[in-house]
Amino acid sequence: MSFVPGKPVTAVVQKIEIQKLRQGDNLILGFSIGGGIDQDPGQNPFSEDKSDKGIYVTRITPGGPAEVADLRVGDKIMQVNGWDMTVVTHDQARKKLTKKKEEVVRLLITRKSLEEAVKHSKGCHPRQ
Amino acid sequence: RETRAPCPRRPAVKAVWTRICSYGGLFYCCWCLKRKTSKRGGGGAGAPEATVEPGSFLPSGSPAAGSQDDNWGETTTAVTGTSEHSLSQEDIVRITKDLEDSVGLDCRRYVTRTIAVILGLLVFLTPLAFLVLPHILWPEKLQSCGTACEGLYISVAFKLLILLLAVWALFFRPARAGLPRVFVFRVLLAVLVFLFVVSYWLFYSVRILDSQDDNYQGIVQYAVSLVDALLFIHYLAVVLLELRQLQPCFSVCVTRSSDGETRHYNLGQLSIQRAALAIIEHYYCDFPIHNPALLSASKSRAAKHLAGLKVYNVDGPGNNAAAGMAQSQSRAMIAAAARRRDTSHNELYYEEAEHERRVRKRRARLVVAVEEAFTHIKRMQEEEPKKAPGDVMDPREAAQAIFPSMARALQKYLRTTKQQHCHSMESIQQHLAFCITNNMTPKAFLESYLTPGPTLQYGKDHWLGRRWTLISEASVTNGLKDGSVFVLKCVDFSLVVTAKKIPYIQMSEEYIDPKSHKFVLRLQSETSV
Repeated sequence: MSFVPGKPVTAVVQKIEIQKLRQGDNLILGFSIGGGIDQDPGQNPFSEDKSDKGIYVTRITPGGPAEVADLRVGDKIMQVNGWDMTVVTHDQARKKLTKKKEEVVRLLITRKSLEEAVKHSKGCHPRQ
Repeated sequence: RETRAPCPRRPAVKAVWTRICSYGGLFYCCWCLKRKTSKRGGGGAGAPEATVEPGSFLPSGSPAAGSQDDNWGETTTAVTGTSEHSLSQEDIVRITKDLEDSVGLDCRRYVTRTIAVILGLLVFLTPLAFLVLPHILWPEKLQSCGTACEGLYISVAFKLLILLLAVWALFFRPARAGLPRVFVFRVLLAVLVFLFVVSYWLFYSVRILDSQDDNYQGIVQYAVSLVDALLFIHYLAVVLLELRQLQPCFSVCVTRSSDGETRHYNLGQLSIQRAALAIIEHYYCDFPIHNPALLSASKSRAAKHLAGLKVYNVDGPGNNAAAGMAQSQSRAMIAAAARRRDTSHNELYYEEAEHERRVRKRRARLVVAVEEAFTHIKRMQEEEPKKAPGDVMDPREAAQAIFPSMARALQKYLRTTKQQHCHSMESIQQHLAFCITNNMTPKAFLESYLTPGPTLQYGKDHWLGRRWTLISEASVTNGLKDGSVFVLKCVDFSLVVTAKKIPYIQMSEEYIDPKSHKFVLRLQSETSV
């Protein structure tokens, strides 16, 4: 899931659409992110490769919009509304997620179980 | 006025030049001869020893002046063990010893000193002679000397004074060693100075005395130029003798053959004998004293290895050649020793552990005894009321008073560490008095007994009269080279010296902008969105 500089990144992704919830003056999504290119990748508990500086979901508030939309802890966010999230700083990622003008965020996330599911399906049904 | 009587005949210029060339050639020839005789193989005994050779400074026999064949050193027959008129190594050593006893070393030193004094007098009196001779020989023809001339007098005087002080500082120092061969640079400088002064005299005698030049200022300037040139030669002497070897060029590794103590030193470009001298001086301050009592254990072990096997010749005597039998015997012994179950390593291990324990125990007792002994005396303050004269002691008496309480513990410790022959009772009491006088603590007093110190720390009989022999395959006046090996032999042990060249260091630079030092915190922050 980490990238080799100069090579394209391939991943099996899932689209998740989250409706932002309005709480007073703020629009919240109901999860916490960690990671970024300015952070220490070695401390990320969710990444497989400890040099992966991508944005990961670290917490989901129970009952929040993210949980409703089936976002899980440990998911790596690849894109937010078309904006790339694999090579961004932590603050840039936060900004992209908390734009006041947008009510919906469409995320592309990847997780290990997705890869395994694809492999499993490929393995069981050989190409014809 | 009537011209005076003609001066006595001086030798023609050509004859004087011939004489000068012959002297130069003489020195060159003996230098070549020394080099070549040192390089030939010695009488069947490997590397020749460059011990004291009293006849090596002056050439033995005086070759004919002027007609020296430069190659005569090369056709000298080498003395080897197989030539017809062979001398064995013992004969050569005996002859050298006889020469030594009869001629004596002092002869060489006196000759050197005499030559130095003569040369010095020549050098200092020459400018004065240049100035004074015209006044004596043709006073009426001389032009009177103006103020410029008198200024030159002052400069000659001061330059001579500076030259005198400089020569005293550089050359008139007590000799610190007697080296086997002459110091090549000094000889070359002496020859240079001699030739220089002689050539100046030559010019003076031909151009000035013969023609009785009346331009006195020119003569004074000539004398000043001589003194200037002598000061420059002295500068050359300082550079050659003192400065050239300061920059470190070689790293020498010195190992003592008896117990393997090794030290490394950095030396500059020196001849082998000067390097040996520097190393011996370092030896006296760095190496712990040679203690033969510590080596007896390994010798007894070695004896035990050999004593366990006995070789029997089953085939009967006289069957094999002597060499073949010896070889097969030693091979058999080595094979048998390898197969034998040797438990001597076990004994060594336990013995060493036991010895260590014993030494530490004795040391603890000694430290306690000495600390207790030191508490018995204290320094008398001036303000104290005067005690009876019987109570007041000087350091020696105080040392004698407290010595008995620690004597036994100290003696036992020295016996355990096999150092008892290095320290006599008298020396211990002297050291104790010294420590008391200088307000040293018991630990400071004990330090010289707990660890073996450098050789000079001990009594004179350990190092006085020690003679060193330099054994080298290359001539000892050659310079040190990468990979030179020579041995300094003493009566009890030898120092094996290896020289290695310090490599050429290529350094490059990298500039770091002070503003480029920037840091970020390594965080894993979590933001809720």
